[in-house]
Amino acid sequence: MWARLVALIAKEFLAVWKDRRSRAVIIGPPLIQLLIFGYAATFDVNHVATAIYDEDGGLAARDLIARFEGSPSFEIVARLTREAEIRQVIDPKRAILVIHVGQTFSRDLLARRPARVQLIVDGRESNTALIILGYASRIVADFNSDWLKAHGEIAPPAHLVVRSWFNPNLESRWFIVPGIVALLTLVVTMVVTALTVAREREVGTFEQLLVTPFRPFEILIGKAVPALVIGLAEGTVIIAVGVFWFGVPLRGDLPLLYAGLFLYILAVIGIGLMISSVCRTQQQAILGAFLFVVPAVILSGFATPIANMPPLIQDLTLVNPMRYFLIIVRGTFLEGLSAGLVLERLWPMAVIAAVSLSGAAWLFRHRLQ
Amino acid sequence: MTGRPEAAALEAPAAAAPVVALRDVHKRFAAGSRTVEALDGLSAEIGAARITGLVGPDGAGKTTLMRLVTGLLAPDSGSIRVLGLDAAAETRAVQASVGYMPQRFGLYEDLSVAENLELYADLQGLAGAERRERFERLMAFTGLGPFRTRLAGRLSGGMKQKLGLACTLVRPPRLLLLDEPSVGVDPVSRRELWEIVRRLVGEGISVLWATAYLDEAERCHEVLLLNEGRLLAAGPPSRFSARLEGRTFAVRGEEAERRTLLDEVRALPQVVDAVVKGRDLRVLLSKQAEPGYLESHCRTLQAGRARVTGVDPLFEDAFVALMKEQPATSAGRPARGGPSSRGAAPARTKTAAGRPEAVIRVEGLIRRFGSFTAVDGIDFQVARGEIFGLLGPNGAGKSTTFKMLCGLLPPSDGRALVLGIDLRRAAAVARGHIGYMAQKFSLYGNMSVLQNLRFFASAYGLTGKARQERIEAALEEFGLFAYRDAVSETLPLGFKQRLALACAIMHDPGVLFLDEPTSGVDPLVRREFWTRIDAMAEAGVSVLVTTHFMEEAEYCDRIGIIYRGKLVAAGTPEELKAAHATPQLPEPTLEDAFVDLIGRYDSEHPR
Amino acid sequence: MTGPSIAGPAMRLRGLVRKESLQILRDPSSISIAFVLPAILLLLFGYGVSLDARNVPIALVIENPGSETGSFAASLVGSRYFAPAVVRDRRAAEQALLAGEVDAIVVLKGDFARRLWSPAGAPIQVLVNGTDANTARIISGYLEGAWQKWLAQYAMDQGRALAPPVTIEQRVWFNAEVRSRNFLVPGLIAIIMTLIGTLLTALVVAREWERGTMEALMVTPVRIGEILLGKLIPYFLLGMGGMALSTAMAIWVFGVPFRGSAAVLFLVSALFMLAALGLGLFISTLARSQFVAGQVAIIVAFLPAFILSGFIFDIASMPRAVQLLTHLIPARYFVSSLQTLFLAGTVWPIVLANAAALAVMAAVFLALTWRKTRKSLE
Repeated sequence: MWARLVALIAKEFLAVWKDRRSRAVIIGPPLIQLLIFGYAATFDVNHVATAIYDEDGGLAARDLIARFEGSPSFEIVARLTREAEIRQVIDPKRAILVIHVGQTFSRDLLARRPARVQLIVDGRESNTALIILGYASRIVADFNSDWLKAHGEIAPPAHLVVRSWFNPNLESRWFIVPGIVALLTLVVTMVVTALTVAREREVGTFEQLLVTPFRPFEILIGKAVPALVIGLAEGTVIIAVGVFWFGVPLRGDLPLLYAGLFLYILAVIGIGLMISSVCRTQQQAILGAFLFVVPAVILSGFATPIANMPPLIQDLTLVNPMRYFLIIVRGTFLEGLSAGLVLERLWPMAVIAAVSLSGAAWLFRHRLQ
Repeated sequence: MTGRPEAAALEAPAAAAPVVALRDVHKRFAAGSRTVEALDGLSAEIGAARITGLVGPDGAGKTTLMRLVTGLLAPDSGSIRVLGLDAAAETRAVQASVGYMPQRFGLYEDLSVAENLELYADLQGLAGAERRERFERLMAFTGLGPFRTRLAGRLSGGMKQKLGLACTLVRPPRLLLLDEPSVGVDPVSRRELWEIVRRLVGEGISVLWATAYLDEAERCHEVLLLNEGRLLAAGPPSRFSARLEGRTFAVRGEEAERRTLLDEVRALPQVVDAVVKGRDLRVLLSKQAEPGYLESHCRTLQAGRARVTGVDPLFEDAFVALMKEQPATSAGRPARGGPSSRGAAPARTKTAAGRPEAVIRVEGLIRRFGSFTAVDGIDFQVARGEIFGLLGPNGAGKSTTFKMLCGLLPPSDGRALVLGIDLRRAAAVARGHIGYMAQKFSLYGNMSVLQNLRFFASAYGLTGKARQERIEAALEEFGLFAYRDAVSETLPLGFKQRLALACAIMHDPGVLFLDEPTSGVDPLVRREFWTRIDAMAEAGVSVLVTTHFMEEAEYCDRIGIIYRGKLVAAGTPEELKAAHATPQLPEPTLEDAFVDLIGRYDSEHPR
Repeated sequence: MTGPSIAGPAMRLRGLVRKESLQILRDPSSISIAFVLPAILLLLFGYGVSLDARNVPIALVIENPGSETGSFAASLVGSRYFAPAVVRDRRAAEQALLAGEVDAIVVLKGDFARRLWSPAGAPIQVLVNGTDANTARIISGYLEGAWQKWLAQYAMDQGRALAPPVTIEQRVWFNAEVRSRNFLVPGLIAIIMTLIGTLLTALVVAREWERGTMEALMVTPVRIGEILLGKLIPYFLLGMGGMALSTAMAIWVFGVPFRGSAAVLFLVSALFMLAALGLGLFISTLARSQFVAGQVAIIVAFLPAFILSGFIFDIASMPRAVQLLTHLIPARYFVSSLQTLFLAGTVWPIVLANAAALAVMAAVFLALTWRKTRKSLE
């Protein structure tokens, strides 16, 4: 039986490897995407196109504006002289932020009256808008405390001391790159598995396989092992690039991470093979793969937190293996997640893998015409 | 149907200017790393208002030639003039007066019959009254009238073929090109198609008909015989066969010893070819054979006495003679005479000697798909060492029965037992006793020959030295040694088929299932294939084969005809032919018997 | 040329369009790709994708409860952004943060009340889980807001005027409540339409090659342009139907304001649809097999549209090289147009620039497809 199984696995490897195009598809694009997305997918905002509308022109106003100019987050692109110009820069997105210092700014400040600075933000991208406002209020708060100190005023009775664990500079790349491990492993494993059975059915080799003494679970193992090896190899490369190229710290235990990766790939293989064996044609299998991959990525917590979703959709994400693996991969990278906490996310993936793999094996024989 | 097709052989009309003239045409394709010379300096002419048959083994360049004539491909060098126009330069004008039916008929399966016709009428710019009139004519012509609203995908192979033809005839072309129109089509439909095309020629249309059926070629006015991109011979089929006058014989021996006789006759040095034809063997001798050669040798055969009579040569004989006299080159034609059954083969259990052991047993087999009953209560048995053929038109239920036997599809009712086991429920190891060869040679196309063999050897549990020996034996026996590292999908069709068979019998199965094993392969490959199957049956292997080649059915010990889900007749080919002999047709071919049977069944059981 | 009648091209086109439409109607998968898929995806993502944190679980450590700490705690409890759990022990809170049960810890030390109004002021320690940097930033922003509100309230209660020298007056144009749904839903429409436009056509030309019908079409007097138009027109209408449905859902189901002109939206969508269908047809023509076309469509259409279109990740913040790359993604222009048309209105400089880019892309893809589909089998 072992010899038989080895032959089957070898055959599946050859099937993937000898097809020049599918070999290209599983090696080239994921690596290119890793690099591009690693740089592109960031929630950090910098070089915000900013316009200054300074009606005051006083020393204090210039000091405040200079602080914006000095920050890498902002880039002054225009100086406005009329109120009407605000619309002219915001509407066509020439500037996302306009800092409007009113005529009475310096006078108010010196008179101990609240001096107002108006910040006008383009809300078309509300996330960016929120982040910009956060940066701006930091700068203004610094300005305030320096001003108070310089003028011998008392400070506010209490102040926030914010520290962030695991990612002190709040670099979103540290968050995204481990996510890409999950994303690309999912896509590659899906592309490898989702079409295999459907293609063999279309060509007719699947029937040939079914009349040989192979048992369904042997066929399953034969199809799963190459996908598992490819997925693990791809995952390893991405993890290595994340650590050595993007400099993301890897604080947790590698064995724990690999336990997660292993079960994750297994669960995706199960789902991929199930899609593949339900579908009659490759076309349906492609659609099926799409219909799984797109929601699985968007509703995984990859880009937007699951906690922000309504309860019904949160429940839906419970069957998404990517959800669990994202926690494990980010946790082991940044937080050094403990074995107990990893285990809590391992067993749901094990359940998904067990159900989908046995479903696929059952379908091999029972889904014929 | 009007009588036998042979009777309808055509008188060549007076030769007019050729409609197609090819001068020294070259066409190369890149296949992987090597270039294939699809057409290698071809010069030929196709006459007006006649049927020109395009014949040749697989990969001879038939389809390439058709595509060049329609302007779908441009030649690398040489000139192609079609209806006085340059096919490469004046493509649109050529296409305006040429009708072309590609191999799979070019139909939209999800459109109805009428919608397919409408589409082609729109594309051909046929409008108004002209269009209505033309549709009426085509419907009447093809007999598709009652099926106007049926989806093309739901039509039988024969009806698809007629619809495909109707679509190319929407605007009457001056030249009609048909690329293997009868592949996958039952004999009744083949005859109808032939009638339709004959009438078209009567209207002045010229036809180029590519075919792998030599009986079809025989009925053409002219034949172009292509091999490896070159024109091997051209002319009326009668001229081909005339060369073989006095070299063709029928040999009749004891019924039970037919296979031994065949082996022995084939082993004679001057025998170019010998095949089973009904009760007789049809034998072709080489040019060097002296008169009386066969008679003198037949007296000394072990198979007992055999009677030799001279017969008229057929086009098929000429084809075989021409092909076998070619030096074997890249395509690797089979060696003379092909393989023979090995002498050490155990004698098979004679059907005559007592009760035969039933290896395959089918009882009351029923399979429904929704409200449609695909297989409606079929019973038959296959004995050890017997070749049983399942015949029938497309969609009659052959493949469904076949799949149930192999355990690929659960029956709705009844039983299908192989070696006393229901393969669907049996343990996986039980499947180690059967060999299976699917319709389209289901091999792993991107793996090499050796990799395929290794995989199937291991799949059947062969290991170590046994496996190595078996693979080497297969490479040797099937002449695949030179190709062992070739990627299997780039192999010529005949070699793919050899490889598929080699894989299916890796483990010496007791039962062999063959689903349409020779569809699309040329006559020589077909012969070679059957020689092997014969040898295996001789060694005691039971063979179940589906086919719609009537000629192939002659190789079977017994055949069952499946029609509309039922087994409408079963018996030896001789019995079936005898049952359908009529005063007008005292010696019907199996095809005649088949056509008669289907006709009778339809009139007795109206739908 | 055996000249066809004047009606020839029109008639051929009619035949092809009718054929393609019938095929669409017969095959439920096309209809469901065009209508059911966007509806489901939009509902799923419209509700599921949100960057607005609500009821963030935090641990509030109060080492020494008193009236001051009480009033601060009350300000957090009252906020809709937080779901605070009050604990006495800092260790327990840190455990909860490690286990992912809370996203942040706020610590009021034992001497909090005493150090209020001292020269250095009383520190409020905040520990956020920085793994998800974006959420961490949003949470600390929320905390800062809560702190300032509490501060003003507290100072007033104490009868002391406490005003920072400079106050910010923020105006978020186009999206005053900073609802992320308002900008995500238009972006989602662009992503979904990319998927649909590409999926609809990526397989259709490949299918004709595989089934051998292309060969039969090619020997008729039909021209390549007609074959492509015959495919484009029905799928264009189908895609626009899906677009109309998505727009209606955005406005009436998700309550996203629509401030632009409907005619301009139609025009831009039409151009985008042509670009997406053109891309699909191009993939299909190059691949000639459904298997490869499908793989390429997944990799070329979905992932870049998701990450490089500016739908979630800010393009201006990407490295220069990646920014240049985003110009090759049709979805980029559509995302920007939709966000502007929905939230800001018809801003001509943006709309025109994007429309021009889309028109160029559509033209390029269609021209490439046209050139690649020569009436030849080579």
